Amino acid sequence: MIKLKINGQEQSWDGDPDLPLIWFLRDEAGLTGTKFGCGQALCGSCTVIVDKEAVRSCVTSINDVAGREVTTIEGLHPTGDHPVQKAWRQVNVPQCGFCQAGQIMQAAALLMENPKPSHEQIREEMSGNICRCGCYQRIEAAVHLASTGV
Amino acid sequence: MNFIDNPGKLRGFEKNVKVEKVSRRNILKGLGITGGFVLAAPVMSRQALAYETGAGKMPHGVVVDPRVFVAVAPDGIVTILAHRSEMGTGVRTSLPLIVAEEMEADWSRVKVQQAPGDEVKFGNQDTDGSRSTRHYLIPMRQIGASARTMLEQAAAKRWGVPATEVKAVNHEIVHSASGRKLGYGELAADAAKESVPSVEGLKLKDAKDFRYLGKGQISTVDLHDITTGKARYGADVRLPGMKYAVIARPPVTGGKLVSFDPDAALKVPGVEKVIQARGWPWPSKFQPLGGVAVIARNTGAAIKGRDALKLVWDDGANGKYDSVAYRKELEEASRKPGLVLRKEGDADAALKGADKVIVGEYYLPHLAHASMEPPVAVADVKGDKAEIWAPVQSPGGTREDVAKTLGIPEGNVTVNVTLLGGGFGRKSKCDFALEAALLSKELGSPVKVQWTREDDVRHDFLHTVSVERIEAGLDKSGKVIAWRHRSVAPTIASTFAAGAKNQAPFELGMGLVDMPFEIANISCENPEAAAFTRIGWFRSVSNIPRAFAVQSMVGEIAHATGRDQKDMLLELIGTPRIVKPAVKDLWNYGEPYDSYPIDTARLRKVVELVAEKGEWGRQVPKGHGLGIAVHRSFVSYIATVVEVAVDDKGKLTVPRVDTAIDCGTYVNPERIMSQIEGAAIMGLSLAKYGEISFKDGKVEQKNFDDFQVVRIDESPAVTNVYIVPPGPDTPPSGAGEPGVPPFAPALMNAIFAATGKRIRSLPLGKQLEA
Repeated sequence: MIKLKINGQEQSWDGDPDLPLIWFLRDEAGLTGTKFGCGQALCGSCTVIVDKEAVRSCVTSINDVAGREVTTIEGLHPTGDHPVQKAWRQVNVPQCGFCQAGQIMQAAALLMENPKPSHEQIREEMSGNICRCGCYQRIEAAVHLASTGV
Repeated sequence: MNFIDNPGKLRGFEKNVKVEKVSRRNILKGLGITGGFVLAAPVMSRQALAYETGAGKMPHGVVVDPRVFVAVAPDGIVTILAHRSEMGTGVRTSLPLIVAEEMEADWSRVKVQQAPGDEVKFGNQDTDGSRSTRHYLIPMRQIGASARTMLEQAAAKRWGVPATEVKAVNHEIVHSASGRKLGYGELAADAAKESVPSVEGLKLKDAKDFRYLGKGQISTVDLHDITTGKARYGADVRLPGMKYAVIARPPVTGGKLVSFDPDAALKVPGVEKVIQARGWPWPSKFQPLGGVAVIARNTGAAIKGRDALKLVWDDGANGKYDSVAYRKELEEASRKPGLVLRKEGDADAALKGADKVIVGEYYLPHLAHASMEPPVAVADVKGDKAEIWAPVQSPGGTREDVAKTLGIPEGNVTVNVTLLGGGFGRKSKCDFALEAALLSKELGSPVKVQWTREDDVRHDFLHTVSVERIEAGLDKSGKVIAWRHRSVAPTIASTFAAGAKNQAPFELGMGLVDMPFEIANISCENPEAAAFTRIGWFRSVSNIPRAFAVQSMVGEIAHATGRDQKDMLLELIGTPRIVKPAVKDLWNYGEPYDSYPIDTARLRKVVELVAEKGEWGRQVPKGHGLGIAVHRSFVSYIATVVEVAVDDKGKLTVPRVDTAIDCGTYVNPERIMSQIEGAAIMGLSLAKYGEISFKDGKVEQKNFDDFQVVRIDESPAVTNVYIVPPGPDTPPSGAGEPGVPPFAPALMNAIFAATGKRIRSLPLGKQLEA
């Protein structure tokens, strides 16, 4: 039996320990905010925070996070008012929105580690997250805004 | 009043109109594809409308009835239906916003509800072709004005005063003479009893009184949900007892399953069943490819099970498709005469007598849509009833196709439209929903069919692959006197009818036969090209290769004659004029030519605007270059200036992009800017990396590692967007697609300015490193 905490709640799994975390989150725990985009850690749509680090849940097995604390977009802030989320809304970042949960989780993890990233650092650190609609200019602006106070 | 539950009579607005123009759903008249008669509103009278659109000629036309689209609850909450699909353009906000504007509803008390697929009830729902605003600006205004009028009539009756004395103001009806006011909620029940006013008699608001339209201050209705993970896309639908499925499809289009061994797959924990999935021969429009489905308790188990399948395929006739060889065939075809579609003067003779002939042969490979949300659908089929939840651009078409595929009446099919995690034309094809419907029927339970990224890249309805060959003949003074453009590319029609080798009118009308330059001798030709895979619509479609070729050629001519690119471009566009169509029945994006002519004054205007705002001609550092391109598509006019920097190792960066768009009257300029910013990224992606290639009939790419798209660290440092203010009564035109075509040629013109290298073959790849 694998035990872990997701958004502060205890969860357990006694199925395949190799099951990628994304499918436990989405299909077993019903947390569909985390999105499936590539399955190979190439696009970042499935990004969640494990302890304090951004990870790709599509290539992380549930066994890898046993005993650890997973935060998904649903658990980032109780009312959805994390500075990154507020900045995202202020800049009207999303178009289709599908990749945005992953982008927001990546940005939140970045700001935990580096509260005042430069534009270069934002572009570097966010480069694992693809947005096919091409909202990059606004993503960069929103991360910067979140880092300077929304 | 609940207009939604009481659709009432629509017949008064309707008349039978034969399908003359094509939609992306039923493109081929007379080839066994459904079409026939559609019901269409007579659209609006001239007094209500300064222009006509092609909306009435789309399947099922337009429905203008407030009882279908608007509901007012006793608490005053106004619910407005969004009947078009949201894939990131903002349409789910902007169309209801138009209704709210005209209805004098307070947007903070408006709820938007997504309509299911039902075109008899809602009118055409094909969300493609950059049509939503241009076809629905006036109908949505009329719906809002009707609802407002009914509320005003109800209040006037209640007060016993003439309706002319009352006025709707921000969610209330006001009688200013007596100072009385009634909220919309208080009037709802009475208003529902009022008759729907005739469209002809409606009074629309004066544009100067708009609170929302054209302002760009309203965020999209899904913004909060998107940032909190609550927004529901196709993959997020969960039903009690739902199974999870992935399908192994034939690796070659038109291939067939010979045999399969499910044993290893069935041993994977969580896998419940392995069954054959029904497929159709190629081509068969949007019908599924078939293969083997793995059914499991979660998607992860289904994927792992599929990896364990042992499969034997018969690749069939397309097993020899090879992109290297095919490119040679296209190139050879482009060097011989083809079907002549447009002829003015004598291009052959003029080219022979020219002082100088410049030849450009441009190659653009297949592209995959690669929307961030791969195709996915949930179906629940019970007996002769089916319910679908899917991210589809064409919910009405999906409903028709599900009904046909299952052999049940269309009225027994409900198609619920979720948010689309990107569309770009891929989700106009409902094959994934049909797969889910067939599986659910067989399993007797709800099922979700999830495509992996590999499935998406390998089994897409791809953007065509083309060679565009242009020969430009110049006289001694450097004036262009002859222009021959041959376009060779497999046609989308080949997905609907076997053996189609010539491009369809809608493809030819995307920058080939409607090319606007003022040149005396012009020949536009289409040599044949056979298809060996599924070809489909990709954002801006044939405009991508056409703009690339034409606008690159302008750069080539400018260089050959020692002129500035922008000056050359304006010279070729010529005098400001309404271009007389050079071909009979010009497609013109389905729009009447009177309302939407090719207007070179508007084309010139965007060039001049982007040149001015984008500081064309500015000094740039060594290794940098500026490029410009303009293109009319989806009846909008767009020009782009790109600044590029190429270092000594051939690495490319884009310091700045400027784009000017004239899309006529607009609803939400903020979302238009967002579309254009994104189009620059998509344009850069296809220019830099975009290529799907085939070997032995199979797609060689699989995921974002080998089908790369632009990431944030290589995106333009800044993209500026300038929107041309519309004149009074300028009809609205497209904004979702037109931003893409001019980007790649502007980029290549900039690269030429920076390096002296002319890139005629996409993608750029490592060509600058050589």
